[in-house]
Amino acid sequence: MQPVDHKIHHLGSRLDYAAGFTPALLDPERPPPAIVAGPNGKAAGKRYNVYRNNVTVSLINALAAAFPATQRITGVDFFRAMARFHARATPPTSPLLFEYGHGFPAFIERYEYAKPMPWLADVARIERAWLDAYHAADEAALAPEALALIPPENLVDTIFTPHPATRIVRSRFPAVSIFAANRKEGPESPVEATAPEDALVTRPGLEVAVRHLPPGGAVFLLRLIAGETLGAAAAAAFSDYPQFDLSASIAGMIGAGAFTAARQGD
Amino acid sequence: MNELAIHRAARSLAASRFPAHPVAGLAGTSLKHQHLASILADDTQRGFFEVHAENYMGAGGPAHDALTRIRRDYPVSLHGVCMSIGGPQPLDKTHLGRFKALVDRYEPALVSEHLAWSTHNTTYFNDLLPLPYTPATLARVAAHIDEVQESIGRPILLENPSTYVVFPESTMSETEFIRALAQRTGCGLLLDVNNVFVSATNHGYSALAYLADFPLDHVGEIHLAGHATQADDEGDLLLIDSHDGPVANAVWILFENVIGRCGPIPTLVEWDSAIPDWPILKAEAIAAQAILDRHAQGSMSGRANAAR
Repeated sequence: MQPVDHKIHHLGSRLDYAAGFTPALLDPERPPPAIVAGPNGKAAGKRYNVYRNNVTVSLINALAAAFPATQRITGVDFFRAMARFHARATPPTSPLLFEYGHGFPAFIERYEYAKPMPWLADVARIERAWLDAYHAADEAALAPEALALIPPENLVDTIFTPHPATRIVRSRFPAVSIFAANRKEGPESPVEATAPEDALVTRPGLEVAVRHLPPGGAVFLLRLIAGETLGAAAAAAFSDYPQFDLSASIAGMIGAGAFTAARQGD
Repeated sequence: MNELAIHRAARSLAASRFPAHPVAGLAGTSLKHQHLASILADDTQRGFFEVHAENYMGAGGPAHDALTRIRRDYPVSLHGVCMSIGGPQPLDKTHLGRFKALVDRYEPALVSEHLAWSTHNTTYFNDLLPLPYTPATLARVAAHIDEVQESIGRPILLENPSTYVVFPESTMSETEFIRALAQRTGCGLLLDVNNVFVSATNHGYSALAYLADFPLDHVGEIHLAGHATQADDEGDLLLIDSHDGPVANAVWILFENVIGRCGPIPTLVEWDSAIPDWPILKAEAIAAQAILDRHAQGSMSGRANAAR
């Protein structure tokens, strides 16, 4: 008895109330902390549960707001059960809730009940990239005219600066089509696609856009984003995808507003 | 306080990006993105808008675009939700820097935070958690308020919490604690009348007695909101500060009581969950404005608050 009493006294006596209050917040198996009570000798159980519920439900709601297509695919009950596991295992480490959920797609990949939907994690990755793009810094996208000013012989050595909103999501599944079908308003439309689909997410103005990249497009753009020259990026794309269409890819990336500047490499 | 005054004098020399838009005597509402089109389509009206600071801490995008458009036409109140001022651990300097950047960028008419905490170690719990009221916690919270006010160069309004549990170790009442914070730090107060009613009901004391003890002369803003009902372990009524419905009648009565004593104070109707169409929320603000206007004559002068 003595050591337990001592510990409770210690926790409740100085400035360590947060250490005493928090362990049971995300663990429904634990009793309410000994440092709190109800008023006038009342019990603390249901009262402490208000905090437990606020924490868990608000984090589930934050995930539901960030991953609406994922929720539409799984249904609300399935999604909220999955999100509850994730929120309890991996609560946020930043007070900016729009940054929460970067680990959620990987969690979905490991989540036993989501195994029959192997594409679900990639849809969630597109949604997470969408939210990154939504809050990214505002910058003007590279104008097509700026590219036209580069002499053709210099194009191969050109290096591009990615727009802060630009994200690439690669998928072994038709994730872009599934995302698009479940993200829009109105009735669900069946997804006919079966081939792998890579996504380009951009936000040159205020609207986030998600595009389905052609074969080799993701390899090409990932190399450019990493700071490689256009020549090196194109060679990598051709090597992996002989059908890669360079001029269409350049036109597509400029039209999407994926980059902000172009300069000559060394 | 002298330092703060110097900060403010220096700031006033710098060019403002927005009109001043005084907030005195006005009612307002939370700014919700789904209402933006309706608000902008309405003729500019009396009133102000309050935003949760954290939702505008991204680098760019539609959130900043919306707040910029609102700020051009209306007074804005910047309401911080997760500074964790009431927590024992040091404030997050990065977060404080983001908060200061928003104050500098949007020049809000009101700036507020909570007597609560939400982060422990590195975990952010996304709720307003309670603290014991003791001399030790008073000193810690006062130091946090000093730090915030020094960083942003102006006083903040500190909001009284809704609580569901008590700490047996507390040696001060909540009103005593809040009064001491205001005296020590020079901060103003954000009196959340719904929180007063919720906490009074939950802890079995009189809301009117709480208000009688509350340092009303430091109040620079009032919050009103709806609450939900549950039961505690004994089967008695337990009110939840849910912000998901209209303001309760009992809260309107307490509000009118406060305004009758203090004169008009900027008053904000919060609605953060189960958000209705704009006209319904707007009607709540119009009801609050009517009460403020009814008590506009003979209002107190020299009120200490953080309004500009």
